[in-house]
Amino acid sequence: MEVFVQQLINGITLGSIYGLIAIGYTMVFGIIGMVNFAHGDVFMVSAFVALIALLILTTWLGMSSVALALLIVLVVAMVFTSLVNWVIERIAYRPLRGSFRLAPLISAIGMSIFLSNFVQVTQGPRNKPIPPLLRDVIVVMHGDYDVTVSYRQLIIWGVTAVLLAIFWYLVSKTALGRAQRACEQDQKMAALVGIDVDRTISITFVIGAALAAVAGTMYLMYYGVVSFSDGFVPGIKAFTAAVLGGIGSLPGAVIGGLLIGLIETMWSAYFSIDYKDVAAFSILAITLIFLPQGLLGRPEVEKV
Amino acid sequence: MTLAIEGLCAAYGEIEVLHGISLSVEKGQLIALLGANGAGKSTAIKAIMGLVKPTAGRVLLDGRDIAGEAAHLAARAGIVLVPEGRRIFKKMTVEENLQVGGVVRSAAEVRERLADIYALFPTLGERRRQIGGTLSGGEQQMLAIGRALMSRPSFILMDEPSLGLAPLVVERVHQAIDRIRREMGIGGILVEQNVVIALGVASHAYVLMRGSVVLSGDPKTLAASPQLKEAYLGMG
Ligand SMILES: Nc1ncnc2c1ncn2[C@@H]1O[C@H](COP(=O)(O)OP(=O)(O)O)[C@@H](O)[C@H]1O
Ligand SMILES: [Mg+2]
Repeated sequence: MEVFVQQLINGITLGSIYGLIAIGYTMVFGIIGMVNFAHGDVFMVSAFVALIALLILTTWLGMSSVALALLIVLVVAMVFTSLVNWVIERIAYRPLRGSFRLAPLISAIGMSIFLSNFVQVTQGPRNKPIPPLLRDVIVVMHGDYDVTVSYRQLIIWGVTAVLLAIFWYLVSKTALGRAQRACEQDQKMAALVGIDVDRTISITFVIGAALAAVAGTMYLMYYGVVSFSDGFVPGIKAFTAAVLGGIGSLPGAVIGGLLIGLIETMWSAYFSIDYKDVAAFSILAITLIFLPQGLLGRPEVEKV
Repeated sequence: MTLAIEGLCAAYGEIEVLHGISLSVEKGQLIALLGANGAGKSTAIKAIMGLVKPTAGRVLLDGRDIAGEAAHLAARAGIVLVPEGRRIFKKMTVEENLQVGGVVRSAAEVRERLADIYALFPTLGERRRQIGGTLSGGEQQMLAIGRALMSRPSFILMDEPSLGLAPLVVERVHQAIDRIRREMGIGGILVEQNVVIALGVASHAYVLMRGSVVLSGDPKTLAASPQLKEAYLGMG
């Protein structure tokens, strides 16, 4: 029982991170029908931005308030990563719009390789650690084994919940969100009512990157290390989350993320920690075969 | 305010389908664009909206040439389209569809305009929370018209708005079209298959045949013209 509750807590934490990344996959797929292969690496880049910002703030500037430092790091990572993704869309995907279907996908794979190599060359190939922070835990259940929630986990839950709420409001209640959904459904008609479709697509990449940066910052804080190769596995897991939830569906991405996080932690606890990544990949394969539209994905509405 | 096209040519690939057509419409005036299937009516409308790039000729809005500008600029310039097949946003509610129609306007103007549209089409008001895709064909057509009106356009282009609707609904759509012109002072181009109805609401009509204007004039003269029948049957 204790193990189960502890893994539930860990799984939700991990799932929050996957869910935040998955939104970027699902939004981009929704609006331009492309699997953005580089999204995992954008997430990894954001973790490095957070790392550098944190080191500058704490070691160089000697900032003592961890909470304030983390807040600044989060904002810096979001802004910088959004900018990076905005540029990527402009130079690597937009020129290929209207080209053959696989062209942007190939370009995205190239961008993914470029980003991880760039970080490897500039930051070195080894794991980059941050000074330990927020080590405190709260014991929530006593037993043969104490079940704990760490401050870091609480922060991840809180930050994720707040950002998802802002994001939900943005998409469902604002003119920007309506323009975004209009472009997803019918780009030509969206242009005809006066929506600048290219700009809306840019904004989609910016929003996806900002949420990935939240995930990247949380990932760095949670694990304390990051390496240039950390875009790949979390990226694939978040992509699996998006597919499992139903690609194109925003609530699906969040639910898929939580499920993948839970499956991974439960698998590690009850089966084998060595095979935890295999579990995620198996789910991707099984979903694609038996439930291609995902849990919340709807079959395509017929076009007139 | 005047919307005019002069010597407009358009092509799909190598094949030219509009061979230099000219027409003009004033604000507060409704003109009809008639012709058989494949005559080039939709292409003409698309060329005005910037969906098809004209190969020659001009699209003049009060003397300013807007030919070949990106599609999203037409709405900003004051020209909107009610497209063939309505193309409402099916996964959005009625109200969201209307709000999207007003993207070029401020939030306050959108709120004000919503009330106007609900007054023009009370059914839309009753169904404001309903998902667009679940509306009937006639309601979807009204929504498409309402959405176009949300941006307070100077000109509204309508491509076969009565296609596939029951006769009674067609009647209501045309009453609405007439009110738009009279009460809102908006100029319009109505593409129609139904000649009788089109000639009933328009003050001037152009007949297209294989990409050229072969006939134009006031509805009474046109209705009596034997050439009209020819153009419609695609003969001659
Ligand atoms: N997307 C397209 N590609 C190629 N040819 C087209 C396309 N759309 C229309 N056409 C051709 O252009 C001509 C005019 O079509 P259209 O403007 O749709 O006529 P109408 O609206 O009067 O029925 C027709 O011969 C049609 O086959
Ligand atoms: Mg047509």
